[in-house]
Amino acid sequence: MSKTLIRGAQVLGGEARDVLVDGETIAAVGEPGAALPADGAEVVEAAGHVLLPGLVDLHTHLREPGREDSETVLTGTRAAARGGFTAVHAMANTFPVADTAGVVEQVWRLGRESGYCDVQPVGAVTVGLEGKQLAELGAMHESAAGVVVFSDDGKCVDDAVIMRRALEYVKAFDGVVAQHAQEPRLTEGAQMNEGVVSAELGLGGWPAAAEESVIARDVLLAAHVDSRVHVCHLSTAGSVEIVRWAKSKGWRVTAEVTPHHLLLTDELVRSYDPVYKVNPPLRTETDVRALREALADGTIDCVATDHAPHPQEDKDCEWAAAAMGMVGLETALSVVQQTMVDTGLLDWSGVADRMSHRPAAIGRLDGHGRPVAPGEPANLTLLDPAYRGRVDPHRFVSRSRNTPYADRELPGRVTHTFLRGRATLAGGEPA
Amino acid sequence: MKRHLISAADLSRDDAVLILDTAEELARIADRPIKKLPTLRGRTVVNLFYEDSTRTRISFEAAAKRLSADVINFSAKGSSVSKGESLKDTALTLEAMGADAVVIRHHDSGAPHRLATSGWINGSVVNAGDGTHEHPTQALLDAFTMRRHLEPGTGGGLDGRRITVVGDILHSRVARSNVLLLHTLGAQVTLVAPPTLVPVGVATWPCEVSYDLDAVLPKSDAVMMLRVQRERMNAAFFPTEREYARRYGLDGDRMARMPEHALVMHPGPMNRGMEITAEVADSPRCTAVEQVANGVSIRMAVLYLLLGGASPGEAPAAGTSAAPSAAPSATLSAPTTARTEETDR
Repeated sequence: MSKTLIRGAQVLGGEARDVLVDGETIAAVGEPGAALPADGAEVVEAAGHVLLPGLVDLHTHLREPGREDSETVLTGTRAAARGGFTAVHAMANTFPVADTAGVVEQVWRLGRESGYCDVQPVGAVTVGLEGKQLAELGAMHESAAGVVVFSDDGKCVDDAVIMRRALEYVKAFDGVVAQHAQEPRLTEGAQMNEGVVSAELGLGGWPAAAEESVIARDVLLAAHVDSRVHVCHLSTAGSVEIVRWAKSKGWRVTAEVTPHHLLLTDELVRSYDPVYKVNPPLRTETDVRALREALADGTIDCVATDHAPHPQEDKDCEWAAAAMGMVGLETALSVVQQTMVDTGLLDWSGVADRMSHRPAAIGRLDGHGRPVAPGEPANLTLLDPAYRGRVDPHRFVSRSRNTPYADRELPGRVTHTFLRGRATLAGGEPA
Repeated sequence: MKRHLISAADLSRDDAVLILDTAEELARIADRPIKKLPTLRGRTVVNLFYEDSTRTRISFEAAAKRLSADVINFSAKGSSVSKGESLKDTALTLEAMGADAVVIRHHDSGAPHRLATSGWINGSVVNAGDGTHEHPTQALLDAFTMRRHLEPGTGGGLDGRRITVVGDILHSRVARSNVLLLHTLGAQVTLVAPPTLVPVGVATWPCEVSYDLDAVLPKSDAVMMLRVQRERMNAAFFPTEREYARRYGLDGDRMARMPEHALVMHPGPMNRGMEITAEVADSPRCTAVEQVANGVSIRMAVLYLLLGGASPGEAPAAGTSAAPSAAPSATLSAPTTARTEETDR
């Protein structure tokens, strides 16, 4: 059994501690220099570094099967390790769609083989993401993949009856429906947030109300059938208000926000550069402020990347012809540090909560999102918060480079990631 | 002036007035038996049209040819584009062929901006209409037409003039460019449309918005009617064609409520019976045909100023100092030019 001694790290940003990993678990946590049984251990000098529980992403597009030109389970999980993640939820909009036990088991097995990160497949809510007929949710849950989170992400389950039935049906196995909230008729031809900038640019508008109206309906349905609904990539100030209201009622509603919605606004679209094209679209300064506050006060439960790799040709074109989405795994923690930690809105234990504990709890992932304490699984992320550097997409280990942060200076750098005691990232490079 | 013309917002007041004044000088060429200047000889202008627009394309083509540029027409239909070639690869191809200017019409907003800023080509990019974004040369020819009637002479703008733009503002690149340019030139713009056809976010535009055409007409120095596609009805932008025509169409009765000097304008093509009645369209107050003629002069001025790179004073000089047949001797032998003019006609 291999041992690792992480020396002098600030656990959750607190006092410096030595942390001894033995095999797959945390063996001991002690004062710096304490006599831990570390003979033969590999030593990681971590003074000034912050040690967090391994990050958990509820929203990752790994693209395999079907679009291996943009990402594979292997390249995507390496990117996850580089970003400090030890578990990712692989979205269902692959080719074929992950709407059967067979496909989710394939993705789950590819994740196990990669070894860089646990891959928890998300199952489609409806067959082919068509929104017409429920997929075999029970079979996906019973499969080796043990699916708990179901989503038609990329498309909205817009039929109110189908949504109601899905919410009710997954109660049998404590599942959750993760909704991509987008009223389809209100967003036909939508290219960007509808507002001042879209009016000037002449790009089709994606109104905030198209998101908010679906979230409002879904929280009411979840309350009515007493089930769990999770709001994917919440992006507007109005959505925050609705989720806050639903939570005040005690309804079982959770929500995620993406790093890019915490940092970027639709003003960037003035460049017509499709790296800023994403769904839901970048919103306004007012929305960004509301999202940060909601993540800080817990109205928004967690950060999820919506890592969406695309090949270069799908972004190297005119705006309307470009694909929606941006990669995010390798920059997520840096963006959260800049927008939440460096602004004083959240401390590192808050980051551990929003990027590890809560997403793991929503996905019912045992073994992730655990405290950094003896006896717990050694899923750990070590970062250097003092680091400052420009984002260089050519250094990404993801197969795709469609980042909105190229050449932008972001703080913090993940140096080590441990998955059940094994270093999947060491010295900033996948191991 | 900037190297490209993508948006009317690219133009300062001085730029805009310079283009109008230059067009005024170049317009005189059109009255000559030989309508040609040697100014852009040896330069290549590519008309890159992803959308069918015969009117705009031939206007740019005539403008470039009157300046003796070599013109290449590249239409998306029946070309490599219809086989799936990307804008980038098309641009790289044009660059390899030595395009000095690319005049682009595209169905997607922002395509000219992409072309100008992505490093794919080195030449100047002229936006000939992109999606529902902008159509700056249309706004320039509209302003040129207005200035000729309302503020004759050169050197000035349209200060204090009240211009009303009526119709499908939401989907109109003409409206966006006109609001920006007319504001730059000192005019007061009022947009009139049913609320469904005004963009959310219009409040930050430098103009007024009204839903009541009859209230605005008596105060207008020019009324510009925009084409309204009948298909918009199917997306519930308005209930029926007849209701639209009743509330927002310009007919003889309404025209009579405009001041006597006020112009009726239309960028074409007109939808007679929809936004404008035949009586108004054919009246002497309607400048639609004059706008087309002015379009050639404006596009000559734009190409000249973007590609000529000479000081402002030289354009009028070239147009007035000598007969076109004599001018070429300065650079190339006369026979070459003569032959070019033969084949071009």
